[in-house]
Amino acid sequence: MFSLTDILGEAFGLILTWDRNLSEIVMLSLRVTLSAVVISCLIGLPLGAVVGAFRFPGRGLVTVLLNTLMGLPPVVVGLVVYLMLSASGPLGVLQLLYTPGAMIIAQTILVTPIVAALTKQVVEDLHGEYAEQFASLGVGAFDRITALLWDARYSLLTVALAGFGRAVAEVGAVLIVGGNINHVTRVMTTTIALETSKGNLELALALGLLLLSIAVIVNAAVMALRASAVRAAYA
Amino acid sequence: MIRRHFLSLAASILLALGLTGTAQAEDGFIVVQSTTSTQNSGLFDHILPIFTDKTGIEVRVVAVGTGQAIKNAANGDGDVLFVHAKPAEEKFVAQGHGLARSDVMYNDFVIVGPPADPAGVAGMSDVVAALGKIAEAEAPFASRGDDSGTNKAELRLWGAAGIDVRAASGDWYRETGSGMGATLNTGTAMGAYIMTDRATWIAFGNKGDYKVAVEGDAKMFNQYGIILVNPEMHKNVKAELGQTFIDWVLSDEGQSAIAGYKVDGQQLFFPNAG
Amino acid sequence: MRDMTLDMPTPDCAIAPALLACEGLSFEAGGKRLIDNFTLAIHPGRRTLIMGPNGAGKSVLLRLMHGLITPTGGHVLWQGRPLDRAARHAQAMVFQRPVMLRRSVLANLKFALTVRGITGAARARQATEALDLARLGDMARRPARVLSGGEQQRLALARALVCQPRLLFLDEPTSSLDPASTRAIEDLINAAHARGVSIVMVTHDLGQARRMGDDVLFLQNGTLAEAGPLQDVLAAPKTAATRAWLEGRLYTAL
Repeated sequence: MFSLTDILGEAFGLILTWDRNLSEIVMLSLRVTLSAVVISCLIGLPLGAVVGAFRFPGRGLVTVLLNTLMGLPPVVVGLVVYLMLSASGPLGVLQLLYTPGAMIIAQTILVTPIVAALTKQVVEDLHGEYAEQFASLGVGAFDRITALLWDARYSLLTVALAGFGRAVAEVGAVLIVGGNINHVTRVMTTTIALETSKGNLELALALGLLLLSIAVIVNAAVMALRASAVRAAYA
Repeated sequence: MIRRHFLSLAASILLALGLTGTAQAEDGFIVVQSTTSTQNSGLFDHILPIFTDKTGIEVRVVAVGTGQAIKNAANGDGDVLFVHAKPAEEKFVAQGHGLARSDVMYNDFVIVGPPADPAGVAGMSDVVAALGKIAEAEAPFASRGDDSGTNKAELRLWGAAGIDVRAASGDWYRETGSGMGATLNTGTAMGAYIMTDRATWIAFGNKGDYKVAVEGDAKMFNQYGIILVNPEMHKNVKAELGQTFIDWVLSDEGQSAIAGYKVDGQQLFFPNAG
Repeated sequence: MRDMTLDMPTPDCAIAPALLACEGLSFEAGGKRLIDNFTLAIHPGRRTLIMGPNGAGKSVLLRLMHGLITPTGGHVLWQGRPLDRAARHAQAMVFQRPVMLRRSVLANLKFALTVRGITGAARARQATEALDLARLGDMARRPARVLSGGEQQRLALARALVCQPRLLFLDEPTSSLDPASTRAIEDLINAAHARGVSIVMVTHDLGQARRMGDDVLFLQNGTLAEAGPLQDVLAAPKTAATRAWLEGRLYTAL
């Protein structure tokens, strides 16, 4: 019933007739996802580094918690954020429900554990190499964390990329807290869901291909950066 | 070098916060909790620009199942409720969540089925009899099973036919737990009969070889109502803007805009306000 | 405060106060006693060598004295006081295999200075001076980890010395280097010694010991077998084990 040529034709048609509506949706997708990834990194990188570099009581518990939260179901996160931001919820006064801000919050909750857990692993490995040298130099706790994060920066790019992948493909949470409102909170994944429910499967798949292409471009850019770092022995 | 790193991080924070802030810059909008049928059929895309051009008020539609739309509105997450499940709407008003309810328009439900027509119901107009034949033949029937307006109407009709579909759930009666579009996608793929509102069916792009089998029974009329969420109960409700929208939808201009929406030459919704 | 040096077993050094002293120092791991009840003193201005067969506890002793690991018995005293942050900052260490940060050669030096609270123009000047001293000046902008083994070890030494320590620990710094690179490292160590830095170095190389040793600590199975001026120990080893090991070394050196 469906042929690949139909879908590819639809996808190219989408790109050729690239209109304001489509670019609005693509830009909002990137805006929401990148904001969520940036905020997740601001929280998850230091958190992961602290858990990776220091021994403290409860460290094992924190690690288990982070690893578990990596698998949070997006719909559950969407519901919890909805209940928080709802006009009847504790944060209703912020009036963030059905805005891109709400979508960023939901995705941040999904992505932060991924960034933190993967950062912990990367930093733990690097710290194994640096620990004696740091102790010898008398490096304090804060300098340790910043130095480890900085020296692991190219590995951490891959970590951020994993977070980006999770966020950009996510639909369950942003649908609930964003509401898929045309011109306001409609992103690529919710558009795909909408077009699927309208039975426009070729269009939905074409949008899916477009989403995939964007993810490929972002991944390729980061990998190229990382490859140049490997050549300089910085990664 | 580490300091430069921090600077770029700080810049990113500002960027992210700036990005989240833009969405609430203007206040001239209302949120309408509505149903997938009105959204997926394209009705809103047709009538809302007319309203916005006239009043400058932007209408943001959250399209979910009627059950979820009513719950969201009961939480105060919306200014106007625009759905199709009259008893539930009246309960919503009675509980004080909404002010007066007004009829807006109706469309009708139809039962679509595969060309093989295993229950032999094609061309029937008595929906209760048709459902009886489907149950008797144990022909697959896909239900939304999501407490939406369509789902509620369908269950009322099964009740009228005296059939306990719960007993057959998972057997020939299959609840998808999804929206109308997803249920149509699933149902057509499994060769099941499906009850859908006519508007969604006409606009649906993945019909395959399915046809309307049962239509024309007065029991299948699907009445839409509109309600302003009670600003006494939910302080953030934009009562004035919401009322402006309701007044317009019920006015001659709004009603003729609804009547003027056609897909493939067919009128999808029939205004009946006042 | 009690004068720790009174208990020291090396009478010729008892007059000068010890820079670093170990008192009944022990370290156990996995039920095995790796360092057994060491009492010794490191004297200022001396180059002390730690020698002995593999597994004798040389590296463990070095790490205990530098405070990288905590003793299970006894203590290490820095100028008569327990090891603290100030003591750590007066010491530096070069490891057998250099640990280079994933940064440029210059940035590796600057990092060590930043940790000491030295920033700005002073940091830039001191880092450049240290690089020139280690003859790495023209490599300042290169990633540290692409340098050769010998260059990396010189950089590690420069990074240790840039902090102007009073005592420098070295754990077999030349064990994997060729003669030319070894020579460069020894020259740098001796130059630092000439500027007043005391040296404690683990080595297996008897030739290197003869070139660089003032005092020697000879370890055997976690015990301190010999301690004293290198010439005395070489001329008249007290234990049969030391003698056997030294002779073995001498023959293999031939």
